[in-house]
Amino acid sequence: MSLRKFITNKTTAALAVLLTVFANTSAFAQAAAGAAAAPKVDMGEVYKSVIFYILIFLAVCLFIAIIGKAIRVYELSREAQGKPVGINWNRIHASLFALFLVLGLYGVYWEYTVHGAMLLPDAASEHGKKIDEMFNLTLIITTIVFIATHILLFGFAYIYKYSAKRKAYYYPHNNTIEKIWTIVPALVLTVLVLMGFLTWRSIFFKVEDPKNKAVQIEVTSEQFKWSIRYPGADGIVGNKNYKLTTATNPLGIDFKDLNSRDDEMADEMVLPVNKPIKLILTSKDVIHSFYMPHFRVQLNTVPGMRTIFEFTPTKTTAQMQQETNDPNFKFLFFCAKICGSGHYNMQKVVRVVSEAEYKTWLAEQKTYLNDDLRKQFNLPVAPAPVKAAADSTATDSAAVKTNQMALNK
Amino acid sequence: MSTIALHDEHNHDHADHGHHKETLISKYIFSMDHKMIAKQFLITGIIMAVIAMGLSILFRIQLAWPDKSFPFLETFLGKWAEGGRIAPDFYLALVTIHGTIMVFFVLTAGLSGTFSNLLIPLQIGARDMASPFLNMLSYWFFFMACVVMMSSFFIQTGPASGGWTVYPPLSVVAKAMPGSGMGMTLWLISMVLFVASSLMGGINYVSTILNMRTKGMDLWKMPLTIWAFFLTAILGILSFPVLVAGVVLMVFDRSFGTSFYLSDIVMGTTILPNEGGSPILWQHLFWFLGHPEVYIVIMPALGISSEVISVNSRKPIFGYHAMVYSLIGITVLSFIVWGHHMFVTGMNPLLGGVFMITTLIIAVPSAVKTFNYLATLWRGNIRFTPAMLFAIGLVSFFISGGLTGIFLGNASLDINLHDTYFVVAHFHLVMGSAAIFGMLAGVYHWFPRMFGRMMNAKLGYLHFWLTFIAAYLVFFPLHFLGLDGVPRRYYAFTEFEFMKKWLTVNIFVTWAAIMAALAQVAFLFNFFYSIFKGKVAPQNPWESNTLEWTAPVEHIHGNWPGEIPTVYRWPYDYSKPGHDVDFIPQTVPFSQTMSSNLPHDFEGNAEAEKIQQDWELANPVTESKS
Repeated sequence: MSLRKFITNKTTAALAVLLTVFANTSAFAQAAAGAAAAPKVDMGEVYKSVIFYILIFLAVCLFIAIIGKAIRVYELSREAQGKPVGINWNRIHASLFALFLVLGLYGVYWEYTVHGAMLLPDAASEHGKKIDEMFNLTLIITTIVFIATHILLFGFAYIYKYSAKRKAYYYPHNNTIEKIWTIVPALVLTVLVLMGFLTWRSIFFKVEDPKNKAVQIEVTSEQFKWSIRYPGADGIVGNKNYKLTTATNPLGIDFKDLNSRDDEMADEMVLPVNKPIKLILTSKDVIHSFYMPHFRVQLNTVPGMRTIFEFTPTKTTAQMQQETNDPNFKFLFFCAKICGSGHYNMQKVVRVVSEAEYKTWLAEQKTYLNDDLRKQFNLPVAPAPVKAAADSTATDSAAVKTNQMALNK
Repeated sequence: MSTIALHDEHNHDHADHGHHKETLISKYIFSMDHKMIAKQFLITGIIMAVIAMGLSILFRIQLAWPDKSFPFLETFLGKWAEGGRIAPDFYLALVTIHGTIMVFFVLTAGLSGTFSNLLIPLQIGARDMASPFLNMLSYWFFFMACVVMMSSFFIQTGPASGGWTVYPPLSVVAKAMPGSGMGMTLWLISMVLFVASSLMGGINYVSTILNMRTKGMDLWKMPLTIWAFFLTAILGILSFPVLVAGVVLMVFDRSFGTSFYLSDIVMGTTILPNEGGSPILWQHLFWFLGHPEVYIVIMPALGISSEVISVNSRKPIFGYHAMVYSLIGITVLSFIVWGHHMFVTGMNPLLGGVFMITTLIIAVPSAVKTFNYLATLWRGNIRFTPAMLFAIGLVSFFISGGLTGIFLGNASLDINLHDTYFVVAHFHLVMGSAAIFGMLAGVYHWFPRMFGRMMNAKLGYLHFWLTFIAAYLVFFPLHFLGLDGVPRRYYAFTEFEFMKKWLTVNIFVTWAAIMAALAQVAFLFNFFYSIFKGKVAPQNPWESNTLEWTAPVEHIHGNWPGEIPTVYRWPYDYSKPGHDVDFIPQTVPFSQTMSSNLPHDFEGNAEAEKIQQDWELANPVTESKS
């Protein structure tokens, strides 16, 4: 009877496995099947390897089922002989938890040292250093809690495994202990909150130093590229109006604004080291995110809104190449907010150079305003003589501005 | 207390309609019995979970082998995997639908829907939900939501693919991506149906818990599961309507040309006419639901694990009141932390600072819960049932994932971590794995209550260990990708030099994910096999105190034959000194347990204390011996 039952169990098992798992196994098998197959192979081969992997999986299931039956037979025979239960599962699980704790701790150590060594280099910006300090402090605190609580969790699981001889300790509550472990985390978090809050303030609430004015750079995102606009000699990025967008004026720059006329375009972002940079971020179509991890800079670009991030790069690209021992090292910025099919490849190079180099580079860049656009805006085709005047007024008005709130709409 | 009269009425009702003949349709399909509806929710949830897991395997394959071709995929997916490689747009659709299904259909409806429906009437001692009809509608709206969501795989432009948060303008402007066409419309319809289902469920849970508790079941005698379901339902009732408001505005923007979320948009060189809206508005509306939502996901799991850990440690849950207050604290705080999803959206930085403070405060009640779990295990007598294994796994995930929340909740650190794999790792541990483990713990624990049969424990052990290890192997390494600045939702890591070093990690993670997926076979087989062929369950298989185990194994309409049992004590009298067995069900009056009563049990009732004192004077020896 038991044999017949065994067979019916197996048949149902095989059927259920086939039915329920098809979604998963097929994915699994495809991976392997595809790995073996070059493009445009005949599907016969593919199906064969799919079937092969399914058979392997079924063989594993059968193996597990046989082990299960063997355990059952062992237990039944112990029972029939009147001996105590054969396998103490509680002890097995307790030991497995202890083993998991040891291997897990080693795994964590391995991750911290091996993968931990593959991370971003130290921040290359002023505020980035503060963020890194904050990160390290948080990491130390959380790692201690992580390890301590896991030792307790799996340790208790190991020590207090079931025993028929023992009775658990009836201990419904202890107000003192509960107060302690409410207040201690609260205190630790208060410290973290305060430090985080101060760091956050120092990043986003900056008072402009009139002697060391930030270099304005405007970045506009669209599917799936970035456009960079430098302010030109006047130091001010001119107005834009999305309604002016045409094929020749893809950013919709308003050239009636005098500040716009000397604005320059650039293929890469070149930054002078140790000078404050004020990024003005805008978007043409959907939300993107301007992400520059080496500088610990990220802010979304939102259509219809200007977002502003101010930071100061502290390391040149050349310095970074030395520090990281990688002659090909490049700073990058890329998109971090899902924006469509090209989201995964929306990058531009950032080059941090000395101030002298920056000035030379800047002088070589072309202006956005060209002859076509001059016609379009009814401007004289010859270079505009008003430029100098625009310069002085613009700097004046900019000097008056204080930049208390980093963001304005 | 006020419910006594009510219950008598129910008794009469029950007697009157006792011989009402059940047809196949009224019993299994349009059932109004809470136990059947719970099973419907569970099985639908499991099917949706398998689908969403399959989707995740598909995109994990793309991430691991971005340059390889898998001809088999083309057979299934057609033009979405032309040449055997998943298309970038379809990749985004996969992550979007994976997220939507897992968060809403599996961890909200599958978890709350199943266990609130099953346990609320059984654990508080009610014959059914306050409104069985609403309960039935709740399931069928959920079912329709699932069907509509899945139907988007069968339209030409494919499912919604703007991420599960469907940020406009990406999701609103049809030109932005193929998935923002018909697929997005279906997503929105599905969401409205889902919210309707959720609200009908939630209103029912709250009114049942408040009005239909049996005699003696005051709020402080409710098991923590009920507290968790109760607070979860309140969260849902208050936050889901906001999502509907947001969704309706989005429908207007998409279909009727309004500009709630749109302004100043140029697609290529086409200037859109919309003016004056803000895409940030959607984010506020979405996350006003979205953040409570993650607690809607995790709180029932925490409630389930409180019960399972207490029963299987054979100890009262440590700090019952603290557990309840921390749940209440989480509930309240979860409404004022939504901005931490928006630190780098360009929201006013002052708000960022405020949201950081509220966010990190929420770590305090979470820490209290964790420590209370640990204290419950301490000096327990732990039985490692499959449910207990999963509950311990939940605590581990809750710690691991919760701690990384301290990084992300800190606005300054979030600048560099936002939208990276660090976030992916964080929420997959704390609300993904932890909540799934809570759900599985619940399934293993209450399977006998649901189906009257036992699941196979050994397959459960195998399932647990494979899943537990695989989940850590999948999600732990992902933290490091995020710390290296790798953004999430990238179709391939091939375009960036610095990401290439993570390709081997991706392959490893994908194999671990495949292992986790295959491990679920052990569960699925065990679950469906045991429904029909499992060992018949005893009355109280885990020797548990709560009311549901006093109801007969055989399901009857109305749960208890005759009168509903009265409750005399809290649900956590395990291993009480002085009592002969290590559990005392809630239905046992103190008069039958004179040897184990404690002064605290009488809550200041002078008469009862007097009786106890007299008894102790009369039986001094017995008292000290046992």
